[in-house]
Amino acid sequence: MTDIDVAKEMIAALKSWVDNEVVPHASEFELPDEYPTQMALQMASFGLFGATIPAAYGGLELDNITYARIVEELSRGWMSLAGIINSHLICAKLITRFGSEEQRQRWLPTMATGELRGCFSLSEPDSGSDAGALRCRAERDGNEWIINGTKMWVTNGERAGVVALLARVPDSDGTDSGGITCFIVEKTPGPGNQSGGITVSPKIDKLGYRGVETVEMSYVDHHLGEDQLLGGDEGIGNGLRWALAALELGRINVAARGVGVAQAAYDAALAYAKERQAFGRPISQHQAIAFKLAEMATKLEAARLLTYEAARKADAGERVDLAAGMAKLFASETASELALDAMRIHGGNGYSTEYPVERYYRDAPLMIIGEGTSEIQKLIISRALLAED
Amino acid sequence: MKVVVCVKQIPDPALPGELDPSTNYLKRDDKLILDESDSYGVEMALQLVESAGGGDVSLVSMAPNGAVGGLRTALAMGAEGAVLVSDAALAGTDALGTAKVLAAAISRMSPDLVLAGVESSDGYTGTVPEMIAGALNIPSITFAKQIQIEGGNVKVQRQTEAGYDDVECPTPALVSVTAGVVEPRYPSFKGIMAAKKKPVEELDLSALGIDSSSVGKNGARQETVQVTDAEERQAGEIIEDDGDAHEKIIEFLGELKVI
Ligand SMILES: Cc1cc2nc3c(=O)[nH]c(=O)nc-3n(C[C@H](O)[C@H](O)[C@H](O)COP(=O)(O)OP(=O)(O)OC[C@H]3O[C@@H](n4cnc5c(N)ncnc54)[C@H](O)[C@@H]3O)c2cc1C
Ligand SMILES: Cc1cc2nc3c(=O)[nH]c(=O)nc-3n(C[C@H](O)[C@H](O)[C@H](O)COP(=O)(O)OP(=O)(O)OC[C@H]3O[C@@H](n4cnc5c(N)ncnc54)[C@H](O)[C@@H]3O)c2cc1C
Repeated sequence: MTDIDVAKEMIAALKSWVDNEVVPHASEFELPDEYPTQMALQMASFGLFGATIPAAYGGLELDNITYARIVEELSRGWMSLAGIINSHLICAKLITRFGSEEQRQRWLPTMATGELRGCFSLSEPDSGSDAGALRCRAERDGNEWIINGTKMWVTNGERAGVVALLARVPDSDGTDSGGITCFIVEKTPGPGNQSGGITVSPKIDKLGYRGVETVEMSYVDHHLGEDQLLGGDEGIGNGLRWALAALELGRINVAARGVGVAQAAYDAALAYAKERQAFGRPISQHQAIAFKLAEMATKLEAARLLTYEAARKADAGERVDLAAGMAKLFASETASELALDAMRIHGGNGYSTEYPVERYYRDAPLMIIGEGTSEIQKLIISRALLAED
Repeated sequence: MKVVVCVKQIPDPALPGELDPSTNYLKRDDKLILDESDSYGVEMALQLVESAGGGDVSLVSMAPNGAVGGLRTALAMGAEGAVLVSDAALAGTDALGTAKVLAAAISRMSPDLVLAGVESSDGYTGTVPEMIAGALNIPSITFAKQIQIEGGNVKVQRQTEAGYDDVECPTPALVSVTAGVVEPRYPSFKGIMAAKKKPVEELDLSALGIDSSSVGKNGARQETVQVTDAEERQAGEIIEDDGDAHEKIIEFLGELKVI
């Protein structure tokens, strides 16, 4: 567990950076969809690329609750910053938990410094929620694996040097019913065609979550060494289960992002409501607005507590499917609601790019979709509930 | 190269401060933090040691109740260790007493260079650094915007109203660093973790061989006789624009000598 005083100081240092360097400049990068290179470098100096990587491999080995608070704080400034480390750390988590010692030594130390960036590649053009339907194939050829397929929505895919790739290993009879397996692909960071049959598309133009790139990646007869099969031969057929386990923690992360965006929306709404005058008084003195603030603050608090509770459970080694599902569902929906509420309170100004509220409004829906849609969370929650008796 | 940085730990300026009505001293019961004025000295020292390719940055502070909050921040930025002077008998020490105490602590550390802020954020007499140099009998240079160590000399760009002077003196020396001339780094999270384990040597007056009657309230030659509230801020002058507002504003700024 992370020392409480140490965690407090980390959050304080991060908060001061977010207030001074991120809040005033986020929109300058977000609107033109520009990668925040300097911010990413400072995140690396803080050590955030190694936030949850074990200390033995050069990481900070932070517990889930501290990591959730970091994600929340980053997202309060700009949600995309949390995206820069999220799929990187999901990739690192897969290597840590399921990789061999040799694989950990090979990738984790450089990932912890941010020198090597990782990404996570499960989704495909025709499979998202139904991840088990993925079609990307990995076929054994002597000592190698040959990858063919197209992956969609790979966040950090361009800058990544390693990809945690989920692909299907056909059964011995050649049918596609075989097991989904996780491979660690090595690539040269950068866009376009790569040697070895990897193609990285130009970044997808997105409603929000801009600045950080999300790309499509295709593989044509790309060769992998045997040592790139995560966990060795035992990993064959375990990939989906492992990915879903890593995503469970990812959900706490997405919930924390929701809390961060909701906090930003609430802060903006509160400040504006106290300042903006209408009918001879600040609009916060009109009960309709005051009540809206009361509702916003209450939902925000509930979202935060659900998120921290899920993180606490994960730290205590308890089952988190239910808690993480609830936190992710509620916090992501809350972020979207509060972003719209904040926009209402800002009136016309909320609709202008002069104010950050329109960004919160565009960023928030991603949390409803990414790492399991709200519908999928309800599936997870209801299954856990119904399985209990 | 060994650099010692004086860092004052002060009550958080973001929180409302309060005076103790019986003594007129600032209450220092809450956690003390690193004075921003001294974060520049810490950064400067770290940069000097980094560019020299080796050396050691240590901190020295005098603060009540064994306070280390501000020291930990500077340790997290990268300083190696710290000396804290804390003693109940120091309550009420004036700037000269502070300088004597700090000088005694610094002389045990045998530095090549001592850095301090030009003035603190809460006391801002701007006198402690030069008095430390006086007590240590070493040269001092004020208002540094850039520092270089070459051989046995320290070369300083000393900020002036018009630009800067180049000043040079032999080490060991004390240099006060102007606020804002370097960008203090954010501590890395590893630095924050490591700071917990870095050594902070706590000394009292007897360890420094200082007679407690020469410092503290009794030794102080300075006394806060009276405290008066600052005047309420007056509303500014509003210039109605009849076509000549710009001239009036220029005239006003001219009177203030800001243009
Ligand atoms: C900006 C962005 C970044 C992303 N980054 C990554 C990444 O880095 N790596 C990665 O692997 N993926 C990533 N994704 C993909 C993301 O995880 C998927 O978009 C998400 O899981 C939803 O899948 P889908 O888009 O295929 O939607 P679909 O699965 O097609 O869902 C469409 C709709 O049907 C609903 N639905 C589906 N099944 C059910 C059901 N059984 N019951 C009820 N409703 C159902 C869904 O809730 C949704 O409303 C990213 C997506 C976005 C938008
Ligand atoms: C009435 C009164 C009561 C006081 N009571 C106490 C007390 O109870 N306990 C106590 O510890 N001090 C006490 N002090 C000392 C006081 O807090 C200051 O340290 C001292 O007066 C320095 O004045 P300044 O802040 O104007 O320093 P300045 O000369 O403006 O500071 C310039 C630089 O000198 C260095 N410096 C100054 N003070 C310190 C310090 N304390 N430690 C390390 N570096 C320093 C810093 O680098 C600073 O940037 C008291 C002072 C007064 C006048």
